[in-house]
Amino acid sequence: MIAPELIEVVKPGLSTTVQDAGRTGYYHLGIPPSGALDQYSLRAANLLVGNPAGAAVLEAVYMGPELAFAADAVVAVTGAAMVPKVNGAEQPIWESFPVSAGDVLSFAYLTAGARAYIAVSGGIDVPEVLGSRSTYALGALGGFSGRPLAAGDRLPVGAAPPASPGRSVPADLRPNLAKDVEVRVVMGLYDHRLTAAGRATFLDTTWDLTPVADRIGFRYAGPELETVPREPPFGAGQDPSNIVDAPYPIGSIQVPGSVEPIILHRDAVSGGGYMMIATVLSGDLDVVAQSAPKTRTRFVEVDLDGALAARADHRKRTRRLAEALAG
Amino acid sequence: MTATTGVAPARYSWGGDEFVFVELAEEMSLQANYRAMAITKKLSEARPDGVLEICPANASYQVRFDPDVLEPAELLALLQDLERQVGDAHELALPTRVLEIPVLYRDPWTTETLMRFRDRHQDPDATDIEYAARINGYPSVDDFIAAHSGSPWFTSMVGFVAGLPFKFQMVPRERQIVVPKYLRPRTDTPKQTVGYGGCFSCIYSVRGAGGYQMFGITPAPIYDPSQTLPDFTDFMVLFRPADIVKFTPIDRERYDELLAEVEGGTFHVKARPVEFHLQSFLDDPDGYNARLLEVLK
Repeated sequence: MIAPELIEVVKPGLSTTVQDAGRTGYYHLGIPPSGALDQYSLRAANLLVGNPAGAAVLEAVYMGPELAFAADAVVAVTGAAMVPKVNGAEQPIWESFPVSAGDVLSFAYLTAGARAYIAVSGGIDVPEVLGSRSTYALGALGGFSGRPLAAGDRLPVGAAPPASPGRSVPADLRPNLAKDVEVRVVMGLYDHRLTAAGRATFLDTTWDLTPVADRIGFRYAGPELETVPREPPFGAGQDPSNIVDAPYPIGSIQVPGSVEPIILHRDAVSGGGYMMIATVLSGDLDVVAQSAPKTRTRFVEVDLDGALAARADHRKRTRRLAEALAG
Repeated sequence: MTATTGVAPARYSWGGDEFVFVELAEEMSLQANYRAMAITKKLSEARPDGVLEICPANASYQVRFDPDVLEPAELLALLQDLERQVGDAHELALPTRVLEIPVLYRDPWTTETLMRFRDRHQDPDATDIEYAARINGYPSVDDFIAAHSGSPWFTSMVGFVAGLPFKFQMVPRERQIVVPKYLRPRTDTPKQTVGYGGCFSCIYSVRGAGGYQMFGITPAPIYDPSQTLPDFTDFMVLFRPADIVKFTPIDRERYDELLAEVEGGTFHVKARPVEFHLQSFLDDPDGYNARLLEVLK
């Protein structure tokens, strides 16, 4: 049976949003892609419950929600290590499990990573906005009423494909959630604003993720980066880190005031007036997504060929995941 | 490489594995912006497979692409070819619109907001618009408002957040208003605030943080994600890159009337189609602007 509103939010968690693979084609009007920050975990959660890989799921950051089910479903939780519980009984992560009508799904404390992905067979069936069900909260757009979930919300769930509980992602296809991470970047954009010393500082520092780490951007603490002195171009602004407001790539790293680099993620502001000095590889944005505050981060430079090779590896792994969970 | 004559060659840079960033000029000018518009327009028309996003900006643009479909080297060659074709773009006739945006300058809501953030401002004893008038050499705020609303503005970029337009003043550089941003950004800005930072005016599409000076507020909605208002039946964002905007000062009484129209679902922004020609503008900015704005009469 299909229940039109199968899930009731008892407790919303810290910030839980509906997310899918994201939307394309509106970034030139300031509407970013949004979607699951960790796209690999999104795919895994969906495939575990028999959904299309890009179906809408719940993304819960740091703290899981409490959800009451009004009908039977198959559920899977991936991403951060946040153990799910059905009526208080622990369930495995990276594995699908059954939930019956009347059950309550809750979560233990986060022990590693930052964002858990909760897939339900049939997918979260909020209306598509601009081709996606993803929430873009800054623009009050998409997802559930354009905002994070609140207690009392009732979530619609789509018609469920035949799904079997007990499917599992093989250990070698689960990400390693570490407190020390390496994030690969292509240097460029406005990196010529840095001196050789400033550039070396960026690449040689182990940066600490600050608590300012949300769907828009992740800010890192560390030393100031030295810039090349200049006469400001017309329209740029006086600070050495200012540029004439320019478009920001998803994953680009900007350094306002030459301190505390910020990685823009999938709810990015689409442009602005701060120098960007590098861009995180698209696949490594999943690593950033699973970084909690205090995560020690090194930026590792690769060139475009290196970025494309990493992309090919990432796709290979995604294909293996699909094969492992097929049928 | 020299791709064009008469203008400095663009600078191309990869933004990871999915973006290419192209800076047409380091400094802001209508000429640089117009080249960004012209190149991205041609690219939109060609729309090769694998191109996902085309984002024109003030003096630059970016393209998001899928390198598994479109080889980076192939895309780069295509963009360089478009750069050559477009040249200085002075003779390009660009179909666009003129829009009239009513503004209540010195309104109570931005005034209340700016008073809460005086500790982040260059001149804590003045309002934002008093400060902007003074440092730009205007004898009074009224003179400053006359300048801000006297000539049209070119929408040089839409973004930062959903639907926020950056507007570049269509006057020779020596007459352009320039105002620094706040020393430290505010945590609050009313929705539909008319702001100013560097050489750009903007309209905040949503309430939130901001660093631009606040001059006034418009009753005209510019972003409607629910698409219930009449100007938004086709799309949730009002402004498009290259839209030309005339700010019209209104008083509180008119503001309240227009707000009632918005709330009654009958308000429309006055918008008229025009064709913009850069060389004609550069030859006689004031005369050309006057002719452009006739469509609003």
